[in-house]
Amino acid sequence: MSGISYKSGRVPHAKEHRVVFRNIDREGWDTSIATYLSEGGYEQLKKALALPKQEIIDEVKKAGLRGRGGAGFPCGVKWGFIPPTNTKPVYLICNADESEPGTFKDRYILHQDPHQLIEGMAIACFAVGASLSYIYIREEFPEAAKIVEKAIAEAHEKGFLGKNIQGSGFDLEIYVHRGAGAYICGEETGLIESLEGKRPYPRIKPPYFPAAMGLYLCPTIVNNVETLCHVKHILEIGADAWSKTGTPNNTGTRILCVSGDVQKPGYFEVEVGKVTMGEVINDLCGGLKPGRELKAVIPGGSSAKVLRADEVFTVGRGDDARQLTIWDIPMDFDTLAACGSMAGSGGVIVIDDSRSISWVLNNINNFYAHESCGQCTPCREGSLWMKKITDRVVAGKASPSDIDTLYGVAKNIDGRTICAFGEACSWPTESFVEKFRDELVSDTRPELEGAIVNAETLTAAAGL
Amino acid sequence: MSEIKTDLVDVQIDGAWHQFPKGMRMIEACRQAGVEVPHYCYHPKLTSPGNCRMCLVEMGMPPRPAPGADAPAPDENGHLPIAWMPRPVIACANTIGPNMGIRTTGPLTEECRKGVMELLLANHPLDCPICDQAGECSLQEFSVEHGKGESRFRERKVKKPKNVAVGPRIRLDDERCIMCSRCIRFTDEIADDPVLGFTDRGSHTVLTVYPGRELANNYSLNTVDICPVGALTSNDFRFQMRVWFMRETNTIDTNCATGCNITVFARENKIYRITPRQNNDVNSDWMPDSHRLNFHWIESESRLTDPLVKDGDHHRLASWSEALATAADKLSALDGSEIAVIASARMTNEELLIVNRLVKHLKAGHVDTVARVGEADGYLISADRNPNTNGVKLVLGLENPGSQNEAIKAGIEQGRIKAVIALQENLVDDAGFTPELLGKLDFLLSTYPLANATADASDVVLPGASWAEKSGTMINATGRLQRLNKAVDAPGQTLEPWEIVRDLIQATGGGNGIYAVTDLFKQLAADVSEFSGLTWGQIGDLGVPLIETGVTIPLLEREKQRIASGLIVG
Amino acid sequence: MSLAVPSELEKEIDDRITHYPVSKRSAVLPVLHLLQHHFGYLSDEAVEWTAAKLELEPIKVLEVVTFYPGFRQEAPGKYHIRVCRTLSCAMAGSYELMDSLCEKTGIDRSGVTHHHPIAVSADGKFSIEFAECLASCGFGPVCMVNDDFHEAVTDIDGLLGQYSK
Repeated sequence: MSGISYKSGRVPHAKEHRVVFRNIDREGWDTSIATYLSEGGYEQLKKALALPKQEIIDEVKKAGLRGRGGAGFPCGVKWGFIPPTNTKPVYLICNADESEPGTFKDRYILHQDPHQLIEGMAIACFAVGASLSYIYIREEFPEAAKIVEKAIAEAHEKGFLGKNIQGSGFDLEIYVHRGAGAYICGEETGLIESLEGKRPYPRIKPPYFPAAMGLYLCPTIVNNVETLCHVKHILEIGADAWSKTGTPNNTGTRILCVSGDVQKPGYFEVEVGKVTMGEVINDLCGGLKPGRELKAVIPGGSSAKVLRADEVFTVGRGDDARQLTIWDIPMDFDTLAACGSMAGSGGVIVIDDSRSISWVLNNINNFYAHESCGQCTPCREGSLWMKKITDRVVAGKASPSDIDTLYGVAKNIDGRTICAFGEACSWPTESFVEKFRDELVSDTRPELEGAIVNAETLTAAAGL
Repeated sequence: MSEIKTDLVDVQIDGAWHQFPKGMRMIEACRQAGVEVPHYCYHPKLTSPGNCRMCLVEMGMPPRPAPGADAPAPDENGHLPIAWMPRPVIACANTIGPNMGIRTTGPLTEECRKGVMELLLANHPLDCPICDQAGECSLQEFSVEHGKGESRFRERKVKKPKNVAVGPRIRLDDERCIMCSRCIRFTDEIADDPVLGFTDRGSHTVLTVYPGRELANNYSLNTVDICPVGALTSNDFRFQMRVWFMRETNTIDTNCATGCNITVFARENKIYRITPRQNNDVNSDWMPDSHRLNFHWIESESRLTDPLVKDGDHHRLASWSEALATAADKLSALDGSEIAVIASARMTNEELLIVNRLVKHLKAGHVDTVARVGEADGYLISADRNPNTNGVKLVLGLENPGSQNEAIKAGIEQGRIKAVIALQENLVDDAGFTPELLGKLDFLLSTYPLANATADASDVVLPGASWAEKSGTMINATGRLQRLNKAVDAPGQTLEPWEIVRDLIQATGGGNGIYAVTDLFKQLAADVSEFSGLTWGQIGDLGVPLIETGVTIPLLEREKQRIASGLIVG
Repeated sequence: MSLAVPSELEKEIDDRITHYPVSKRSAVLPVLHLLQHHFGYLSDEAVEWTAAKLELEPIKVLEVVTFYPGFRQEAPGKYHIRVCRTLSCAMAGSYELMDSLCEKTGIDRSGVTHHHPIAVSADGKFSIEFAECLASCGFGPVCMVNDDFHEAVTDIDGLLGQYSK
């Protein structure tokens, strides 16, 4: 990375390892194709077009690239789910709906390095056999949509998109599709419905696994922006070299987005599992605010289960078993899962002791109640119910048993919905109640136990 | 499940092993195993969105052995052990596979059902005492079976529109709606009239008809039938009768040749409601609004209740014996060639059989029925608006029913035909016989449920029962023999048409020994080859194929395609 | 339909529709975006125009319009402000930002409901609503004014000053 200079105040931290974010905040860098080409842009696409498709898929599999959107599913395995007997068109969709609270990484790729994404997409499209591809960009990124469209036009002009790309016989059109402000469009089948012009109600799986029955009921691969960018880099340096970064089964680099109560929040590309939570907070982010103590961290976007500052986590099994404090947790998929949470989308929200847990949880519940699509019963009814309970907790109008109800409602959602939004909206409540019950209860008033909260409901219940 | 398919798989349902075709939906396998899985959104004739989550069950498959480990050993019956999944699955959209286990009882399933019930009721108004759906509400039903019996919900309920006229025949209470989307799917997939939809989102989601549009298609009331709660109610039935007071009669619709299978709901001889009854060979689960609502005339004030005979220029009440004697006197004075019998293709096969005997007994020279032709609607309504044209052909032996009407008119005009016996037909209004023409006759006898212009012109008027007041069989457009069953008693002295015809034969010196409609059916089985070997009981509630007509029902054909493509269960 | 769509705009719309060779219905969102951008909000006429354009039942368009917070059915102010309400921004003071913006623009949010999330200033110059996560969580509080994005908003006068015309 020598020879690259970054804008003042935006210089990467020494513990970063910039791959996908190499050109973000870079001095002299712009979004033009000329700039991109000047540093070997689209060379990997050219290379890919000469390779057998399966070789590319195998390379991505071998690299162990795990999806950066939230679920962490191995990308090459996902590509391999397209039925071998398929005769229908295949589509590839780039999920640029970046909507998990706490996550703000794709924004920079789209705004500052669109050709990296387009090249990654083109390689991926070639590998899976897609000739029509969409980038689903969230509505709140209007500028990004323009930038990416301009980049697509440039790539077209230079023969990296369109018919018979670089004489390979491979055709590809990529279009930008703008969302309209719905979190659920980040869920891949909701996104597909949205792209079909319908309400983005997630589909039931089975039978609608996108790789078999996705867009227009054809095989469809949906990958996150960051994931697709990595495809280019895997091709560039080879799966072996690429997977030497990061840690086993948690290979490569990923972008952590840190927000909340730290001195210097921001985005940091690091090798997966090579930095700990302590390093993220104290080194990358300059530590907690003066005089404050860590209370909790939400490690992977707001739907990830909260980690309490004083928890001790046991990870590994048998001889490998070890105990970790929150500061020791390496930021990788497997360890965070072992700690009972998830790496998710890489959005780390740091909460210090100045915050009221009731207020934090209520804010999160507000989000999920607002974003529930309303298709299936548990999430539709439960997400608003949880919000209404925490509204009362914050307002001092709840009783201790309301916390039990809150937890019970979350449990009635978790695992029983059409899509993962059920978990996204119930995990915060479950984990906050499990780990901060005392504080939540301390915000309630025992004398309200059994009090009539809503006379109207009781009147209706009496049949009057 | 008439045929045994080769690709059967073993499925364990609540501990017992069964065999079902691979790919069958779990919910249907359970149903066939005698295990009802509660559900709201699932409907076998519609696509499955899996949104209500009421049908969550526990599912398991044989455990996948760890690498290098031995595969699990089958038991003495060849069944592998089942590893139960921690997450419940919906039974409506998931299909069965080899050695699958399904548990519809047990803590996980019970917890799921309780949870879904509590959540569904959280924002649902508890206005059951004034809700039309009470008594046939799935929400009520499953509350009792699977609910917690208490709610922890202490919040303000979400407010939504109430008492919305979504169409000329339907009202919507959005607060009662549980957003199962059955009605939307029906209007999209079956009625091809997508005017319903959900607006807004989350807990604020509202079922709505597009502003300025109406749910007005002729199949709209089917949405009321499939609404599992009291969100959609029928204006016609709203607040008329609690459902548990009504008696249900399985019968058939007589508004056209399709013969939709229906249930008539009545209390104390008054019909309150008609709903379609499932018959996958006739009407699936549906029926047209125009047909289901065509029953209020049955309790009309202009029902004929007594025999009448003409006295000068007005009619007076008469006893059955006087009226029949009057008819017999007139008819006996005439030669058969001077008599025309005009029967109805709305009559049952049994009635037509005895009409045939009357014709032979009187040696009547002319016999026909009245044709009713409209436009087929491409769904369930046949162009033939008579319910039993095929019966007329088969039993009365008319090759081309309705084709002799003009010849009969000419015969009357020319004085060759001196008497007409009009059975269950209003010749003036429905067959173009003018009162002046009928005035040329020496004798006109008519039977009909309602006072009408033909009755005005008749010398003897006999009250004949309506379709809801009689039993018998009819043959629909596709050639299916179906049973019409009496749902209510006819008013006053009204008799079933077959009784009238029998008595007329007797009054004119004939005899037959027919005492019940089933006697006529036995005669049919003896006299008409297509009926041979059939018994009344065999016909059952769903009818039996009787003859090949080559006619298909468009709505059913489309459903067959959807079944074949796996979109619906059927 | 009474919606007057300029020919330039319709041309742009027609061009967008070509991006969806498999199904015109897929163009619902882009068509609505273009109409909203031009007219400021989506009227009933816009819904029906879109439905006619894409050969859909109007309800299918209305279902979409009402689902997405990105679509408005009421006219916003000349400058429409969206303040991020979600956790990181709220921790960084977005509720306070909302209060200050309302105070300085004279907007009364007391009538805001789930169904009417937008409040407009009396002079029609500004309108405001809370938005969920705008995806710049590290630099809160953030807001958008029309299509412009602003992060770490502390200088409210400076912000509004950019939209003084």
